[in-house]
Amino acid sequence: MLAKRIIPCLDVKDGQTVKGTNFVNLRHAGDPVELGHAYSEQGADELVYLDITASHEGRKTFTELVSRVAATVNIPFTVGGGIGELRDVDRLLNAGADKVSVNSAALRRPELIDEITSHFGSQVCVVAIDARLDEGEWRCYLNGGRIPTERSLFDWAHEAQERGAGEILFTSMNHDGVKTGFANDALRRLSDSLSIPIIASGGAGCKEHFRDTFLEGHSDAALAASVFHFGEIKIPELKEYLKGEGITVRI
Amino acid sequence: MYLCARMKIAIVKYNAGNIYSVVHALRRLGVEPVLTDDAAELRAADKVLFPGQGEASQAMSYLREHGLDEVIRSLRQPVLGICIGQQLMCRHSEEGDTECLGIFPAEVKRFQPQRHEDKVPHMGWNELRIKNETLEMKHEGEEVSVNPLFRGLADGDFVYFVHSFYVPQCEFTTATTDYILPFSAALHKDNFYATQFHPEKSGATGEKILRNFLEVE
Repeated sequence: MLAKRIIPCLDVKDGQTVKGTNFVNLRHAGDPVELGHAYSEQGADELVYLDITASHEGRKTFTELVSRVAATVNIPFTVGGGIGELRDVDRLLNAGADKVSVNSAALRRPELIDEITSHFGSQVCVVAIDARLDEGEWRCYLNGGRIPTERSLFDWAHEAQERGAGEILFTSMNHDGVKTGFANDALRRLSDSLSIPIIASGGAGCKEHFRDTFLEGHSDAALAASVFHFGEIKIPELKEYLKGEGITVRI
Repeated sequence: MYLCARMKIAIVKYNAGNIYSVVHALRRLGVEPVLTDDAAELRAADKVLFPGQGEASQAMSYLREHGLDEVIRSLRQPVLGICIGQQLMCRHSEEGDTECLGIFPAEVKRFQPQRHEDKVPHMGWNELRIKNETLEMKHEGEEVSVNPLFRGLADGDFVYFVHSFYVPQCEFTTATTDYILPFSAALHKDNFYATQFHPEKSGATGEKILRNFLEVE
C-alpha cells in the first residue's frame, strides 16, 4: 500500500528555521540542515524548505543551504519561496532539490507550470496554493497570504493540474497556525476531483488532526511545522498512532 | 568502506537528470563517483549506475546519438538502473512508443487508474515485496533476502517511488510493489540490476540497497 506521507516544513529566513503563526510572528527553530536531518532520522517521509527571505543575498544563502541539505538528507525534499522563472528552478534542482514548489509567480503567470514540467517533468513541480475561506468562497492569495485575488482555489488547482503540476500543496489561511485541524472539507473536494496527490497544510495541532485529514480530507500527505519544531508532536509517535488507526504509514 | 573508497564508480551521463541525489547518496557511503558519457571510462568502471528521471524517447535518442546504447548493453560489470534507467533497460516503452535497450525482455506500460484513488504518477513510499525465490528463512523465522541487492532487508520495507510508467512482472522480477497492480519494483539478469524506486532517496533502506550494490561481486 502507498503510505500516507508526513512532511515537516521548514521556513527559512537568513539561513535559520522560523515559523510564523498566521503568517506573522516568527520564532526561531534551529539550523535547517540539522533539523531536516533529525526529521529524516525520525521517519519524516519528505521535507519542504521554504525560502522566506526576499533579498538577493538571502537567495544565495538559500541555494547554499539546499546543497547542504542534499548532501545530508536521504529522503526527498522540496524547495520553494520566490521561484519566479525557469532559471530559479534550474538553480535549485542543480543544488540538489528533488522538487520545487511554486506559488505566487505561477498564480500571476500560469505558463510557468508548463515551462517547469516540460523541462523537468511533472514530478518536480509542486504547486503551492494559499487560500482563505471568505463568505463561503475559497479564494487564492498572493505573496504569502498578503494579497487577495479573485481566483477560486478549486479552479486554480484544476488549471495547475491541467498544466502539468505533479502535486498540490494547499495551505488554508483560516487554519494555519491555529492548531484546530486541517481544512478537510476543501481538501476532500480537491482530492476527490483531482488526479494528482494533495498535500494538506495548515492547522495541525495534535495527532488526531493527521488521522482526520487522511480519513476525512482524503489527503495524500500532511505538512506541518511548529508542532514538529517545538516537539509537541514526535514523528515516531505520530506514525505509531496513525498505524493503530489503520492508516498505512512508513515505519 | 575501504573497499568502496578504492572502487571506480561511474554514473552514465545523459539527458535524463536528476543525478545529483545519486551522487550525494554515494558520497554518504564514502564513494566519489564519476559522471561520464565516455565509453572507455564506463567500461573501465567497477560498477556503473544508470539513474535518471525524464522522458523515454528523448532519453533513448540521446543514448543512441552518443553511442551509449551499445556501451550500456555491452557492460560486463554490475550495472544498476534506477527509475527511468530500469525502464530504458527494457525492450520497449509505451512512453513515446520507444524502442529501448532490450536488456530485460519487458514492455514498459503506463499506469491505468482503476479507481479514483489511483493517482498517476505513483508518488511516495510503498512496500517492497521481495520475490520468494530470493528469500531464505532465517532460524528465528524472519525472512531475509538472498538476492544480493536486498541482503538485510525485510519483506515489506518501504522505498520511494515517483513514476507514471511501470515494468510488468516478468521472469527477471526480483521484487514487486502493488500499486493499481503488482509491478516490477526490481529486476535482475546476469550483471544487470534495476530498481523502479529511488534507493538514493529511500532513507536507511535505500542506503542498504546501494551499499549492497557496491558490494556485489
